[in-house]
Amino acid sequence: MNANEITVAATGLTKRFGPLTAVDGLDLAVRRGEIFGLVGPDGAGKTTALRMFAAVMAPDAGRVSVGGVDVVAEPERVRERISYMPQRFGLYEDLTVDENIRFYAELFAVPRRLREQRAARLLAASSMERFRKRLAGQLSGGMKQKLGLACALVHAPSIVLLDEPTTGVDPLSRREFWQILYGLRAEGVTLLISTAYLDEAERCDRLALLHGGRMLYCDTPAALRARMPGALAEFATPAPRQLRDALQGRAGVLGVLLVGNGVHVHLDQAGRLAELERQLRDSGVPCDGARLVPPSIEDLFVALLGGAGTQP
Amino acid sequence: MSAMPSIPAIEVQALGKRFGDFAAVSNVSFAVERGEILGFLGPNGAGKSTVIRLLCGLLRPTSGRITVDGIDVGRDPEAVRRRIGYMSQKFSLYSDLSVLENLQFFGGVYGVPRQAIGERIQDALRMAGLAGHADTPVHALAGGWKQRLALGCAILHRPRVLVLDEPTSGVDPLSRRRFWDLIHDLAADGVTVLVSTHHMDEAEYCNRVALIDRGRIVALDTPANIRRRALDGELVEVRGTPLGRLLEALAAYPPVRDAAVFGNAVHALLARAADEAPALAAYLAGRGIGEVAVARIEPTLEDAFVRMIGRQAQGAGGAA
Repeated sequence: MNANEITVAATGLTKRFGPLTAVDGLDLAVRRGEIFGLVGPDGAGKTTALRMFAAVMAPDAGRVSVGGVDVVAEPERVRERISYMPQRFGLYEDLTVDENIRFYAELFAVPRRLREQRAARLLAASSMERFRKRLAGQLSGGMKQKLGLACALVHAPSIVLLDEPTTGVDPLSRREFWQILYGLRAEGVTLLISTAYLDEAERCDRLALLHGGRMLYCDTPAALRARMPGALAEFATPAPRQLRDALQGRAGVLGVLLVGNGVHVHLDQAGRLAELERQLRDSGVPCDGARLVPPSIEDLFVALLGGAGTQP
Repeated sequence: MSAMPSIPAIEVQALGKRFGDFAAVSNVSFAVERGEILGFLGPNGAGKSTVIRLLCGLLRPTSGRITVDGIDVGRDPEAVRRRIGYMSQKFSLYSDLSVLENLQFFGGVYGVPRQAIGERIQDALRMAGLAGHADTPVHALAGGWKQRLALGCAILHRPRVLVLDEPTSGVDPLSRRRFWDLIHDLAADGVTVLVSTHHMDEAEYCNRVALIDRGRIVALDTPANIRRRALDGELVEVRGTPLGRLLEALAAYPPVRDAAVFGNAVHALLARAADEAPALAAYLAGRGIGEVAVARIEPTLEDAFVRMIGRQAQGAGGAA
């Protein structure tokens, strides 16, 4: 197995809906055994791109290959190799957990002798063994997502496409969900995952930041963070709004954000910090100290997209 | 802090709610100051929504008492409801109606006086950044715009308390920041805000966070204090190859209290990172792990959350 083997590739991938270009000339190469994140705001083209990779929607232009198979020429062969979990995965609410998994195993023609073994393993990995006889309709949101994943994985796909899989899932379930994904990665499964939550994006091996159907950046989370222009500082203060108003518009201040216990300030350079602290002291704005903090992917995203996204 | 003793905006005392044998909420007490933003975090089914429904007077408590602005919810639920604005994660807008028609409709539902409604709607449009889009049908709005419109609808009757149920589920980061700026402005004007959420980056915007598990409050503090105090130890990020063997080795090493993969590294919990890191690195190298690097990291709110809920579960003798 070649670690650098490309398993999902797109060149010039384009999809239009009337006047709207949902995906606009996307070039992408995902390696085997990689967790690759498609990240971006609503309408960035994440879901449309995943649908084209999954061979459920044909592109208007460009090429896309999955597992070495041309998706447009042979969509059926692609569907055998992949698993696609859309935002609303089709669970049967009036069937039990076991029955849902069995249904999908039959749908994907999983050999009978493998079914029980795989179901047991998937349920164990998602801490759901105790709920095998429960109706899917009676599961919590997090458990439904885990059951959806189990159903999507029952045919042991080598490529898994997940569209915003953890929306509405609580943090504990989300951790378990990610531990399952890491387990799959260790087995060489390639995962493409879309998310609007940037703390989740930090867990991927590589990310593509999408906006308006185009890819802005593609790199590891650490390398992307290093692209953050300027520096990020956290000010502790009992009067966050006063401090925000005092800093907004000052030279070198690119953005100001209120957070629970203080204010995050995006500076054009780290050297500004001391100067700003002095200015605050001089103008009598209460400040209990400031320090540089590492930017998150979300900070980066907001810094790069700043003025964008102002249309309804 | 004001020197004058004032009535808290919300006061909850020994609140309990049972559904048959099931205690959805047990002995919950807290107080929220005027203009404070309090976040409710907890697993699905922990009791967050039940507390919110009790607070809005939609459910009657089995025991305990809630006051909003000094008014007892049990005695006068109508008066309390008039003081509360509620925004659900589904936004509950009419998608085939225009922005203006939605505002007019909710103004009517909340009983905004006729002579005031025109001005309130203009205020809401301005606040939500929707001026000039009054005639746009709601189905044509992006998620972040719908969210701000839903907020505009929820505050037309000038509520003293705003309840937000997973307000930014599925909304992009830029819109989320803009939304939170609005919430902080409302809080500065004296509106008290309760937010239930699953997203830790959202919880970071709150002044204080209540962590709810199995109907009880297990922590109530500022996000910074929860991050600092929740972990029974210090967190390190451990890198090394191959990742699978690294995780196994860490899980088998007694000083490591917890280990979980995070991206390309493992987050491990140690008693004292600075003292133990060199021995840990040597141990891993001896196990044949290559390119070992250990670095102290600050726990996220999610690290704190998962660890606290996990400990609660152990204390209760495993998962219920």
